[in-house]
Amino acid sequence: MSAALDQPAARPAAAARPLVRVRDLHVTFATRERTVHAVNGVDLDLAAGEVLCILGESGSGKSVTMRALMRLLPRFARISGAIEVAGRDVAAMNERELADFRGGEVAMIFQEPMTALDPVFTIGRQIAETVQRHEGASRQAAEARALELLELVQIPSAKRRLAAYPHELSGGLRQRAMIAVALACRPKLLLADEPTTALDATVQIQVLLLLRELQRELGMGVIFVTHDLGVAGEIADRVAVMYAGRVVEEGPVGALMAAPLHPYPQGLLGATVHPGMRGRRLTTIPGAPPLLDVVAPGCAFPPRCPHAEEACLAAVPAMRSPAPGRRARCLRVPDGDVS
Amino acid sequence: MDDLASAPDRGGPAQPLLTLTGLVKHFPLKGGLFGRTRAVVRAVDGVSFAVAKGETLGIVGESGCGKSTTARLLMRLIDPDAGSMIFNGEPVGESEQAGGIALRDYRRQVQMVFQDSYASLNPRLPIEESIAFGPRVHGLPAAEAVQRARELLAAVGLAPESFARRYPHELSGGQRQRVNIARALALRPRLVILDEPVSALDKSVEAQVLNLLVDLKEGFGLTYVFISHDLNVVQYISDRVLVMYLGEVVEMGPVEAIYDRAAHPYTRALLDSRPSMDPARRRTRPPLTGDPPNPVNPPSGCRFRTRCPSAEEVCAARKPRMAALGGGHVAACHMADPGSGHSRAGAALEAAA
Ligand SMILES: Nc1ncnc2c1ncn2[C@@H]1O[C@H](COP(=O)(O)OP(=O)(O)OP(=O)(O)O)[C@@H](O)[C@H]1O
Ligand SMILES: Nc1ncnc2c1ncn2[C@@H]1O[C@H](COP(=O)(O)OP(=O)(O)OP(=O)(O)O)[C@@H](O)[C@H]1O
Ligand code: SF4
Ligand code: SF4
Ligand SMILES: [Mg+2]
Ligand SMILES: [Mg+2]
Repeated sequence: MSAALDQPAARPAAAARPLVRVRDLHVTFATRERTVHAVNGVDLDLAAGEVLCILGESGSGKSVTMRALMRLLPRFARISGAIEVAGRDVAAMNERELADFRGGEVAMIFQEPMTALDPVFTIGRQIAETVQRHEGASRQAAEARALELLELVQIPSAKRRLAAYPHELSGGLRQRAMIAVALACRPKLLLADEPTTALDATVQIQVLLLLRELQRELGMGVIFVTHDLGVAGEIADRVAVMYAGRVVEEGPVGALMAAPLHPYPQGLLGATVHPGMRGRRLTTIPGAPPLLDVVAPGCAFPPRCPHAEEACLAAVPAMRSPAPGRRARCLRVPDGDVS
Repeated sequence: MDDLASAPDRGGPAQPLLTLTGLVKHFPLKGGLFGRTRAVVRAVDGVSFAVAKGETLGIVGESGCGKSTTARLLMRLIDPDAGSMIFNGEPVGESEQAGGIALRDYRRQVQMVFQDSYASLNPRLPIEESIAFGPRVHGLPAAEAVQRARELLAAVGLAPESFARRYPHELSGGQRQRVNIARALALRPRLVILDEPVSALDKSVEAQVLNLLVDLKEGFGLTYVFISHDLNVVQYISDRVLVMYLGEVVEMGPVEAIYDRAAHPYTRALLDSRPSMDPARRRTRPPLTGDPPNPVNPPSGCRFRTRCPSAEEVCAARKPRMAALGGGHVAACHMADPGSGHSRAGAALEAAA
C-alpha cells in the first residue's frame, strides 16, 4: 500500500478513530459463465458525523462496496481486505452479531423503497418491530417511537400514516418512511444507495434536505452513493469518485467539484449538462466503461483518457496527494503534499 | 430515399405537425367483490397542445403527473377516452374518405424511445434484425431492410461490421440506447417521442447520446417530444417546454420564457428545486413542501392550490384558464389572468413583459 494512505489528510476527526475504515477491499463474483472484478482495491475512511458521497460510472462498484460494509453480498462473492465499522471488524462477526449490527449500528436505504419495506405490514408496525427487536423496547414504547420517527422525517399527518401500507404512499413519502425505518435504532452509520435517483426535482431536494438535517441532529456518519454531481454538491462533505472498481479521486466536495485532478472526474464534470449550454456541443468522454472480466495491470482509464501514455498501462498508479486532503490515482498528478 | 420514404409534408412549415385537443385518459381502479370500478385515476385530464414541425418539445412535471401516459397517447399505444389528434392536417384514426389518417399509417410516422434500453429489445435477435424488423413488417424486402439497419447503425455511431450481429446483452447501456434510437428511425418517422431516454445512462454516455439526438434531428428532419426529470437536459435540448401537474398542462412556452420568466408557481418551484452544483450555496429549505394530491380525487379549481403559496379563494372556486403572456408563453394560473379576481392578477404579465 502506498504511503499516501497513512497520511492523516486535513480531516476534522483525523485524530480520532474513524467510523469507517476500509483497506484494500476486493470483491469478485465468479460464476461458471463469467468472472466480474467488481471492486479492485478500495480504501475508504469516514469520520463520525461526516457525509461522504461516492460518485461514479454505472457498474464501477459503488453498490457492491456499500453492501460489503454490511456484509450483504451473496455467498459466492470472493471478498478480501479489511473492513472496520465503529471499531469492529465486520469480517469477524458471527451471524448474531451481524444481525445486531445491521439495523442497529448501521442502516441502509435504497433507490427503490419497496425493496426495503414489507408490503404486508403497516409503516407503523415495521418501525415498531425494528425498535422492539433491537432495543428490547415494549410494544407501547416502540409504537410511540414509531410516531416520533414519522414526525422526525416530516411525514404530514404522521399519526394517520402509521396505519398506512407502503403502496398507499406516494414515492416521496415512501422514501421518507424507509428513512424512518432506517433511523429507528439511531444508527451511527447510514448507507444511502441512490435514494433520490428516481424522484423528481421537487421531491429530491426535500429528501436531501431532510437527510442533511437528520444527519446533523443525530451526528450520523453517512455514505451516499449517487451519479449526480448536483446531489453531491447539496449534501457531501467529501467526495470519492470510483471508476472500474477503484477510488480514482477523493477530496473535499468544493475543491473537487471546482477543479478535479483525475481525468475521469474532469471528463465527468465536462460532460455534465449545465444551464446555459444550449446550442453548444456537449463534451463527451469517448468510448464506454471497461468490462470487468479481467483487471487491467495498470490504470483502467487509458482507452478513454486524453492524456494516456505507455507508463499508464504498466502498473496501477498509486494515490498521489498534491494538496492536503486531496488525492488522485493518476500519473500526471504531482505528489506535492509532504505534510 | 426508397419506397418506405417519409410521408410528404402538407400545409407548409406553419401548420403544426401534431395538434392535440382535450385529450383525456382515465384509468379505472378495480376493487370490491365483483371487480367493479370504484374510482378512476385521472392520469391525463384535458390536455391540449401542438407540436411544431422540426421542433423539440420538452415535457416536465412531478412524478405521476401523466407524462408517460401522454406519450403513450401520442403513440396511440393506448386510446384516449376523449379528445382529438390531428397529424399533418389529418385527423388520426379516421377514414381516408373523411380526410383522416389510418392508425397503421400514423404509427409508422410516430416512433418512441423508452427509458429502459434493455426491455425494449428482443434478447434473442441480433440487433440488426431488431432494427430491420419494423421495415420488413411494413413490406420492405428483407435484404433492403437489413441494409437500412446497417446504415442506421452507422448513423448512431455503431460500426456495423462489429456491432450488427451482436445481441443486446453484448452491448453497454449507452450502446443499447443507440440501437433503440436506430430502431425508432427505421420506419423513417417524422415524430420521435423520447420518454426519459438518457435517465438510465451513465453521465459520461448521456452527453454522447444527446449529441447524437441533435445530429439525427438535423440529418433526418425529425421532430422530438422529449420527456425528462433532468431539468438541465430539458433546457439543453428543447425549443419549447410544457409543464404538467396532476394530469393537466399548467404552463407552456419557449424554453427561455419558461426558464427565465416562469409564471406558474409550480413551474417556479420545480426550477428552484434544481441542485445548485455549488456546495458554497446550498439550499436550506425546499421550494415545494407537502405531497401531491391524489389523482383520483383532485382539488377543485386550481389543482395546485393545496401547495401554492399564493392560493386565494378564487383558486378553489374556479379553474384558471390558459392565459397568454405573449410570444407563445401561456400559463394556467389566476395570477397570469388580469380579469380573474386574484389579488395579484396581472402581476405575472408585468413580470413577463
Ligand atoms: N450479485 C452479483 N453477481 C454478479 N455480478 C455482480 C453482482 N452484483 C454486482 N455485480 C457486478 O459488479 C459490478 C459492480 O456493480 P455495482 O452494483 O457495485 O455497480 P454500481 O457502481 O453500483 O453501478 P450503478 O450506478 O449502475 O448502480 C457490475 O459489473 C455488476 O454487474
Ligand atoms: N395502466 C395504468 N393503470 C392505472 N393507473 C395508471 C396506469 N398507468 C398510469 N397510471 C397512473 O396514472 C398517473 C400518471 O402516470 P404516468 O406514468 O403517466 O406518470 P409520469 O408523469 O410518467 O410519472 P413518472 O415521472 O414517475 O414517470 C399515475 O398516478 C399512475 O399511477
Ligand atoms: S494514469 Fe494515465 S491513463 Fe490513467 S488517468 Fe492518468 S493519464 Fe489517464
Ligand atoms: S391559480 Fe391560484 S392556486 Fe393555482 S397556481 Fe395560481 S395562484 Fe396558485
Ligand atoms: Mg448501484
Ligand atoms: Mg413516466
